[in-house]
Amino acid sequence: MSSLKMIEGYPEYMRKSIELVERTRPRRMREVYRRLSLEEREELLRKYHPDYKPGTKRPLRIGPNRGDEAPHELADLLEAHPLVKPIDVDLSKIDIDTDLLIIGGGGAGLVAALWANQEGLPPDRITIVTKLRLGDSNSVMSQGGVQAADRPPDSPVRHFLDVMGGGHFANKPELVKALTMDAPLMIKWLEELGLMFDKDEEGNMVEDWGGGTSIRRMHACKDYTGMEIVRVLRDEVRNREINVVEFTSAVELIKDDLGHVAGAVLVNMESEQYMVARAKATILATGGYGRLHIQGFPTTNHYGATADGLVLAYHVGARLTDIETAQYHPTGAAYPEQIVGLLITEKVRGLGAQVVNKHGEQFVFPLEPRDVEASAFIRECWERNNGVITPTGMRGVWLDSPMIEIIRGEGTIQRRLPAMYRMYKRFGIDMAKDPILVFPTLHYQNGGVAINDRGQTDIPGLFAAGEVEGGVHGKNRLMGNSILDYLVFGRRAGINAARYVKKANLGRLTLNHVDEYEKMLREAGIETDRKAPMILPDYRGKEVLARKIDIFK
Amino acid sequence: MEADKAEAKAAQLGEEEVQGKETVKIYIMGKEYRVPAGLTIMKAMEYAGYRFIRGSGCRAGFCGACATIYRLEGDYKLYTALACQTSVIDGMYLAQLPFVPANKAIYDVNKVRAEGNVLMVYYPEIARCVSCNTCTKACPQEIEVMDAIQAAVKGDIVSVAELTFECIQCGLCAVRCPAEIPQYHVFQLARRLYGKYILKPAKHVEERLKEIKSGKFNEEMEKLMRTSREELRKMYESLERVED
Ligand SMILES: Cc1cc2nc3c(=O)[nH]c(=O)nc-3n(C[C@H](O)[C@H](O)[C@H](O)COP(=O)(O)OP(=O)(O)OC[C@H]3O[C@@H](n4cnc5c(N)ncnc54)[C@H](O)[C@@H]3O)c2cc1C
Ligand code: SF4
Ligand code: SF4
Ligand code: FES
Repeated sequence: MSSLKMIEGYPEYMRKSIELVERTRPRRMREVYRRLSLEEREELLRKYHPDYKPGTKRPLRIGPNRGDEAPHELADLLEAHPLVKPIDVDLSKIDIDTDLLIIGGGGAGLVAALWANQEGLPPDRITIVTKLRLGDSNSVMSQGGVQAADRPPDSPVRHFLDVMGGGHFANKPELVKALTMDAPLMIKWLEELGLMFDKDEEGNMVEDWGGGTSIRRMHACKDYTGMEIVRVLRDEVRNREINVVEFTSAVELIKDDLGHVAGAVLVNMESEQYMVARAKATILATGGYGRLHIQGFPTTNHYGATADGLVLAYHVGARLTDIETAQYHPTGAAYPEQIVGLLITEKVRGLGAQVVNKHGEQFVFPLEPRDVEASAFIRECWERNNGVITPTGMRGVWLDSPMIEIIRGEGTIQRRLPAMYRMYKRFGIDMAKDPILVFPTLHYQNGGVAINDRGQTDIPGLFAAGEVEGGVHGKNRLMGNSILDYLVFGRRAGINAARYVKKANLGRLTLNHVDEYEKMLREAGIETDRKAPMILPDYRGKEVLARKIDIFK
Repeated sequence: MEADKAEAKAAQLGEEEVQGKETVKIYIMGKEYRVPAGLTIMKAMEYAGYRFIRGSGCRAGFCGACATIYRLEGDYKLYTALACQTSVIDGMYLAQLPFVPANKAIYDVNKVRAEGNVLMVYYPEIARCVSCNTCTKACPQEIEVMDAIQAAVKGDIVSVAELTFECIQCGLCAVRCPAEIPQYHVFQLARRLYGKYILKPAKHVEERLKEIKSGKFNEEMEKLMRTSREELRKMYESLERVED
């Protein structure tokens, strides 16, 4: 790479394409690219969306979703041996005895804890366990914003239709109803907790466009929306002195002899010792699966997004839904190498940046729903060969960010997109002056553990909230609806789990379901060395691993 | 000694594999490694064989889990960085700080008010600030940390909130502060007071909540619950974009 001549962050050859982008810009400023009809969208998806690529999925051979397709990477984990051997675990010694166990310290977990407490559960009867630090999660990374229909021309009904359309009408209507009807309440709640929303002088929310929305509905805190929400929620959880156990992962759920979920086996990430947590109710809030790198895609997700919750739920027999679709965010960074796959918020397009190919021409309306937009990028780069090829061989299209400054005035990018601006500046690129190169990146787990509108799974005692659950977004989620998802269903799961706790009586603890799972694997003829959950991905250098000796085992 | 080191290095990296690529030399907790140039500190450490169980969170500059302290060969200064957002430089001596045990005050946001010396009440240690500016120099988010602490001392909640909005709570300022001030917790309190009491509440949200409570949308919603997918599709397609 060093042999390439670099000019302000870009190699000279990429500058040639940038010149074309600059040349066409004045004309494009007046052009609006046509939006696709539903039929055209569907055709684009069928031909170019990674979900439709043959050979990337397979039907599951065991469990409640037997016969349903899942991406190989997920199927591999669901068809792996449980990490925990029941014989190694002494269930008679309880290390953590709590009423409500919340697994995962991202947005969903924090919200659930606060509302369970609000519902009357004392803070010392709630325990959050999380595998990294509290708040290290996908939630802290969200940039663009959160949807809620709270302006006069908008309505929850309109929001409902947008969500259903984005999800190809496969969403569970009662979940979408909860999502859209509770949305304004959650915005109000955050406001009262002291969130620094983007507002005008009168206190009105500044609301922007998002892909697939029919009206401006995106509330934000600059492009640090998730960071602002998480740090406020985390602060509040600490203020209320709710128990938090960090650097600790749940590796298996525990049941009681009545078939209810009754806590989890935890592992201290530092010492690797296990702990038994007994709980009257358990909420799964473990987030998504970006770190499975489905189909080899880079991901926007945090380090711990490894589908643990799906695996744990499946082991106790909870049904999953819509797991065959993954969300590829159209605008992952494709250059420079250090940030490949990281998210470029949709807000960049929301604020007016067009998407153009290497010739500087538009080829798609910038704010189609995400799956459609991503498919158009893939077609442009790989079918039409109109992408820019990076020094490491990636392809990408331009996001014409300088347009934002022209449309909305100089300084807008630094003011409204400080995180994006800073990230590029750290690697020598000024996105207010130059366009940035993007390509789809693995972003979101559309489906997950099936829940009802109270956040309950099929298994008594087990609740789920946030990215780990499914059904809310159908086959494709729209921007701003997953923060909303963890707010709405985190709250509902927290409240309903707290109510459940009051009536729950635990039986004798057991891990029999783990033995039964092993039996199912055997009977299905599945042979594998793999164990699940995965807990963390492994990015160690191949050369190192090839020479590794386990001296402590 | 030198020979031992060279041998260990070859063993750890498989030098032959690395050859042909441009590499840089870094020291992770004192031990020398060769890694490809252009990697972030985080990826370089993984390349060298580290598997993070802490010190890696978002991997994108949003969580502050990867706070790192380094020195450069031939330089006495200690620098700070986010491992996920900084490229390796030849001759870096690296150490990670994945957790900072700074003290956080416990308060009830509904009872405190955005007035007077509230920040001083909860964090009296801010009075000890000696205006050395070390915190500002340590901040990977380029926040004017010292100015914000000075504003806190004066009770200027608005300035503290506005100056520190981009704080990712990595703790690097607190670790370097000679006065042991937990800057990022002070800032958090200020921002919540600002968001709750100084920014005006959104009236339109309040209005919408009233409408929802009064059942204004119930009938339409219930109808949607009974509408077929085909019908929903039609409704969706005929939905006008509202450009206001
Ligand atoms: C870069 C990025 C930008 C985004 N932007 C937006 C946006 O603008 N608007 C929007 O609506 N949505 C956005 N999203 C999506 C949204 O942020 C997430 O879907 C949502 O935050 C998920 O919240 P969660 O609490 O369910 O999961 P997470 O926030 O990921 O939290 C899950 C937590 O559980 C922990 N955990 C996992 N497994 C275990 C285990 N076995 N034991 C213990 N703990 C465990 C994880 O480490 C993590 O802390 C974005 C996502 C990303 C990655
Ligand atoms: S102010 Fe302190 S805690 Fe916040 S980002 Fe800067 S150094 Fe980190
Ligand atoms: S490092 Fe501490 S003492 Fe120095 S300016 Fe910052 S807050 Fe004040
Ligand atoms: S890992 Fe989150 S800021 Fe670096």
